[in-house]
Amino acid sequence: MSFLNYCINGLSLGSVYAIIALGYTMVYGIAKMLNFAHGDVIMVAGFVIYTMMNSLGVNPIVAVLISVIVCTALGVTIEKIAYKPLRKATPLAVLITAIGVSYFLQNLALLIFGSDTKMFTSVVKVPQLKLGEIIITGETIVTIIACIIIMVCLTLFIKKTKAGQAMLAVSEDKDAAELMGINVNATISLTFAIGSGLAAIAGALLCSQYTSLTPYTGAMPGIKAFVAAVFGGIGSIPGALIGGLLLGVIENLSKAYISSQMADAIVFSVLIIVLLVKPTGILGKKINEKV
Amino acid sequence: MAMLEVKDLEVHYGVIRAIKGISFEVNEGEVISLIGANGAGKTTTLHAVSGLLSKSAGSVTFMGKDITNLAAHKMVSLGMAHVPEGRRVFSELTVLENLKLGAYTRSDKKELEDTLNMVYKRFPRLMERRNQIAGTLSGGEQQMLAMGRALMSHPKLILMDEPSMGLSPIFVEEIFSIIRDISAEGTTVLLVEQNAKKALSIADRAYVLETGNITLSGDASSLLNDESVKKAYLGE
Repeated sequence: MSFLNYCINGLSLGSVYAIIALGYTMVYGIAKMLNFAHGDVIMVAGFVIYTMMNSLGVNPIVAVLISVIVCTALGVTIEKIAYKPLRKATPLAVLITAIGVSYFLQNLALLIFGSDTKMFTSVVKVPQLKLGEIIITGETIVTIIACIIIMVCLTLFIKKTKAGQAMLAVSEDKDAAELMGINVNATISLTFAIGSGLAAIAGALLCSQYTSLTPYTGAMPGIKAFVAAVFGGIGSIPGALIGGLLLGVIENLSKAYISSQMADAIVFSVLIIVLLVKPTGILGKKINEKV
Repeated sequence: MAMLEVKDLEVHYGVIRAIKGISFEVNEGEVISLIGANGAGKTTTLHAVSGLLSKSAGSVTFMGKDITNLAAHKMVSLGMAHVPEGRRVFSELTVLENLKLGAYTRSDKKELEDTLNMVYKRFPRLMERRNQIAGTLSGGEQQMLAMGRALMSHPKLILMDEPSMGLSPIFVEEIFSIIRDISAEGTTVLLVEQNAKKALSIADRAYVLETGNITLSGDASSLLNDESVKKAYLGE
């Protein structure tokens, strides 16, 4: 395979990371918490689609749509039950709860579906593209296009709609937002809904690329998307995109040219270096100390 | 009946009793000032009234409606706006975006335009800087933005917390003359100020807060001449 091919596959993987990273970054921006259960929502989406397609014979597109609905509801429910009561608690308590929710989802899936690896049938029915030496799979095309569409829509949503502006207001100053008449709790719920819905799409794309599914499928991509979000500057939406894409390309090139065992180590080393040089990430906001 | 009626209000921060059962009222059309030293509980009182802090005892009635346990975001559509201490403008958004958030509870597009023009007329500087990021405005301009943002909701009662804090003397004059104008146009004002002299000069009545209690109240003009007020708050 050529260098270009590795890059394109890296962009495809990076697009998935970017879509997941959006959920991390939006929730962090607005609720100021790291939702470590976010990766496991991807796994839930995988199992919903798997069950729909294999047991019920549902059309792949419909299966993905159902998984988006299920995960959106799941995200909102998790927030209501696990995080909302902790709104005034210390960040550490919320973080530990998030890890607890993550284990809960993994073990629930383990209980229902068992630990053996399921064969996941790709939901993408787009033929591959051949440009001379370069082969681009249907999954790659769909993933990259999906990522672009999501980024554009999300940016427009935040810039142009009242709900989007309310999100920005809440992310900057909850009390001041409340004084504008913005229902802060509802805005946080909406953020979880959007993030989890996007995680479902990411789950469909990820499982279609790797065609395998276990209760732990979401854990590693979740952590890497978190790295991508920090890499790009947590809280920043374009940062999530850039961080995700760079991470995907670095990971794929490391696998191709250095060592596939070392790829993850290299990815995390890059993160450490970036954070040493620029602690706020690539597009992270400078924290102004007001005097 | 008073527009805003606060009865036996108590607020706790953990085990500390910050407001110890105060009562006061604001009548329609009045400018009422709460004065007192740092830490007397002025800001806490305003936060409790607008619902940002929960009350441990007492009641708050606004335009005949019990709002003691109402969430802060529901106050705006009732006609209460709160300009918080330290302006709290959304520093990463533009001036225009900030103003539009002030009208968040209003959905009529035409009305929004009219209100925006009214606010621009009152604060021409905000018009000039409408596309500027709010965080880059000067302190005085941010205070104007915070006031303009509150006016965007067409409040009947406006709570203002230390509007003159940290401003240059010229801006202080300007801010107080704006408060006078806002009041002249029919909006009721509840003003919290450390600058007691200025506050009393534009207020109708005033309450003096001391460590969570109201120790003195009356007409602003008589408080201006009160010996104990003079000594404690007016530096005379």
